Amino acid sequence: MEGRNPSRGPGLELDTLPKLLLRNAKRFALRPAYREKDLGIWQTWTWSQVLDEVRAFAIGLHLLGLKRGETVAIIGDNRPQLYWSFAAAQSLGAIPVPVYQDSVAAEMVFVLSHAEIAFAVVEDQEQVDKVLSINDQLPTLRHMIYEDPRGLKKYDHTRLHAFADVQDLGRKELKSNPSIADWWLDEIAQGKGSDTSVILYTSGTTGQPKGVVLSHENLIRTARNANQFDNLTEKEEIIAYLPMAWVGDHIFSYAQAYEAGFCVSCPESLETTVTDRREIGPTFFFGPPRRFEAALTDIFVRMEDASRPKRWMFDKFMAIARRCGEQILEGKPVSLSDRILYWIGDKFVYGPLRNQLGLSRLKIGYTAGEAIGPEVFKFYRSLGINLKQLYGQTEATVYVTMQPDGEISAESVGPPAPEVEIKIADNGEVLFRSPGVFQCYYKNEEATAAVKTPDGWVRTGDAGFFDSRGHLVIIDRAKDVGRLKDGSLFAPKYLENKLKFFPEIKEAVAFGDGRDYVAMFVNIDLVSVGSWAERNNVTYASYQELAAHPEVYAMVEKRVDEINQMLAKEPKMASSQIRRFLILPKELDADDGELTRTQKVRRGFIAQRYAPLIQALYDGSKDCFVRTEVTFEDGRKGTIEGYVRIVDMTTYEPAMPALKEAAE
Amino acid sequence: MTAVAMTLDRPAAVPKAEEREILLSVENVSLSFGGVKAIRDVSFDIRKGEIRAIIGPNGAGKTSMLNVINGFYHPQEGTITFKGQRRHRMAPYIAASQGIARTFQNVALFKGMSTLDNIMTGRTLKMRTGILGQAVYWGWSQKEEIRHREVVERIIDFLEIEHIRKTPVGKLPYGLQKRVELGRALAMEPELLLLDEPMAGMNLEEKQDMCRFILDVNDQLGTTIALIEHDMGVVMDLSDRVVVLDHGVKIADGTPDEVQRNQNVIDAYLGVTR
Repeated sequence: MEGRNPSRGPGLELDTLPKLLLRNAKRFALRPAYREKDLGIWQTWTWSQVLDEVRAFAIGLHLLGLKRGETVAIIGDNRPQLYWSFAAAQSLGAIPVPVYQDSVAAEMVFVLSHAEIAFAVVEDQEQVDKVLSINDQLPTLRHMIYEDPRGLKKYDHTRLHAFADVQDLGRKELKSNPSIADWWLDEIAQGKGSDTSVILYTSGTTGQPKGVVLSHENLIRTARNANQFDNLTEKEEIIAYLPMAWVGDHIFSYAQAYEAGFCVSCPESLETTVTDRREIGPTFFFGPPRRFEAALTDIFVRMEDASRPKRWMFDKFMAIARRCGEQILEGKPVSLSDRILYWIGDKFVYGPLRNQLGLSRLKIGYTAGEAIGPEVFKFYRSLGINLKQLYGQTEATVYVTMQPDGEISAESVGPPAPEVEIKIADNGEVLFRSPGVFQCYYKNEEATAAVKTPDGWVRTGDAGFFDSRGHLVIIDRAKDVGRLKDGSLFAPKYLENKLKFFPEIKEAVAFGDGRDYVAMFVNIDLVSVGSWAERNNVTYASYQELAAHPEVYAMVEKRVDEINQMLAKEPKMASSQIRRFLILPKELDADDGELTRTQKVRRGFIAQRYAPLIQALYDGSKDCFVRTEVTFEDGRKGTIEGYVRIVDMTTYEPAMPALKEAAE
Repeated sequence: MTAVAMTLDRPAAVPKAEEREILLSVENVSLSFGGVKAIRDVSFDIRKGEIRAIIGPNGAGKTSMLNVINGFYHPQEGTITFKGQRRHRMAPYIAASQGIARTFQNVALFKGMSTLDNIMTGRTLKMRTGILGQAVYWGWSQKEEIRHREVVERIIDFLEIEHIRKTPVGKLPYGLQKRVELGRALAMEPELLLLDEPMAGMNLEEKQDMCRFILDVNDQLGTTIALIEHDMGVVMDLSDRVVVLDHGVKIADGTPDEVQRNQNVIDAYLGVTR
């Protein structure tokens, strides 16, 4: 069937992902499709080998009784076998439902039962145990398949199978009954672009997760647009390290990879990602701002410990990069002397740094999800790394806006992506319409109707505006933008982000809606502050102790003061100056429900949990006793308690227009 | 669909500890340093495939017992029988080449060397080519190196320490150093693994990891394990049988349940007025 329409483009025949696999197996037969490190050595599968693996697994699934329209949960870290499971399930018309692999069993129950999972393909014993522990709440689950057999030898294998065994089942059938290969191709041919391709559950800042239904057409058209936008071809290399349940990974490492035919590498483990990235040298890379910030903090912390000549060289050349690096990257005119200095710097500082980051071969890097610090953004770009921003969400199959080369800025997220229309509602909310617009929320018409208008527009829930260049600027969640008692604007995320851009501060939570003034919770960054403590002989036994240290308080106080001075200069924001703050005795953690699985602050929950602290912020007390529960990784609970000091800040007079000042 | 339960039950075919073949037996062993009697007339056995714990209050002679088993100390009286072979005096390296590996109470790794190299040292006794051949790295020694490296990589995978493969162990936190040490002992592919307080000084999470690794080693590699441990919860959960020493004398021997109920043990741990 591939022979009938070999052309790329909006051909009717290439309307599902399994059909793209058939095309790739022919067109890019010997090109690498997947890599995985095994026993320290990278193993590669070509596209034709992948077809073979997927076919064997799909037929195995068929023999186990998987039917068209049924759902298959996929749970685990990024593994080639799990990516093959997507295509294998889709080839039979079944619907993969990737699930966040670090959710605890109780969190999984909802997704697995709501999606009425028939099969589960999981990574290892950890995931098998989790699913088994909630087995009696999953009446629809028939079979579970695991990839890594370690520790599972003695489990009852009536309904539990090894991935390799299921493939063997398929291979044996292919041998004894060769016509099944044609049957499989017919099954693929029955698939249509409008079929449901995948259901992705959003982690949800509020309430239960919602299952976003995406069609093959959503994924393929969006992937094609994105690949064309950045000229991505079969020669790209990417490293798949973000959760498979997240729409970003699904589109970058699956849909875009299938559409362009490029190679996806899976790191050995989560901890080795940086080393593996260095070895693979991806040409296309996505990282949340947090990751870029962490890498930057790491570089600076290590430079502090470096020898004097090295530090001198680093400081010297980074100053040159700041001056002209970005202009050189964008091909703008730069003086010859700067060019020569930058060239030298590239040989001795920037090149090695890029290599250390594993970004030597990078063509395009993207970041999104949160605001990125202008300093951080500029740092990477000045090193010659083409880092760009995009704005997107699951309901749009990721892309809503993308920054084209040469039109990059840290503050905006770029103009609308190809085939996307955007409008701004009266309350500032951003709406979009595109071929990537999701079908519906699975079994939740009410929620679908709440975000999707009858004429196809989707409410993003984010507030934003277009700047003078026609680039979208996002300020906050539309529902989070509030007002202080005096009626002035309060955009908590805007304030938190400003504070979080300092290396010492990992997380911040602002309060102020309907109150007299703005107050804040602060989380210190253990890596950065810990290193400072080590260098300054400050001893501490725990996070709590370090967080309460007077010098740490002084450090944060200085940062908050800087923010206040900055805010005072912006007339609209001057009344949002931070009056009081405290440093939390524990790190905000997703296991305690304080952050979402994508590490976003859950404001409402935090406000409830730390209500006494918030009250103390507003009743003028100097300190407050707090006792809070901590969940350890194994699910056990402990408590942290102690007094938390609250600091009063000085605020600054808002900058007056010069004319008025003169008149007085 | 049918209600076939997916369960974690072990198949009934695994024989109980008491029915398995004896791998090592200690008979009437006494050890003294000058006038100090560290071990007095102790006898017990370790059976193939079991996890055997040796417990007791401080100074009970537990580490001395391990040192006797792997030939570091030579008892004045008594015999040790390993795989049917009786022995009286034996050097540690012979014990090692016969299949006894151990870890130490305090970490004893080469701090400046990487995790990979440290585990590789565990293969030394299995290497057949000489220094010269290894230096040239050609022909047979190259093949041998690759073979050994594969074993080491399997251990790294097994213990989930891929991310520190090339890190000097001196830079690692304590819990990971312990894990590397276990890796080095495993590199000898031992039949009997002696662990001297594998969880001392670890936090809860590290302890749990270590427990899982010990169970996995026992379960998947089929290695017999004798361990000394102070965390009673760990001992009772992990071990098939427990021997209790106090002041060099064996005061109890049996399953965790039996030992827990034994009055002598309770007295030894809680102290009694004599």
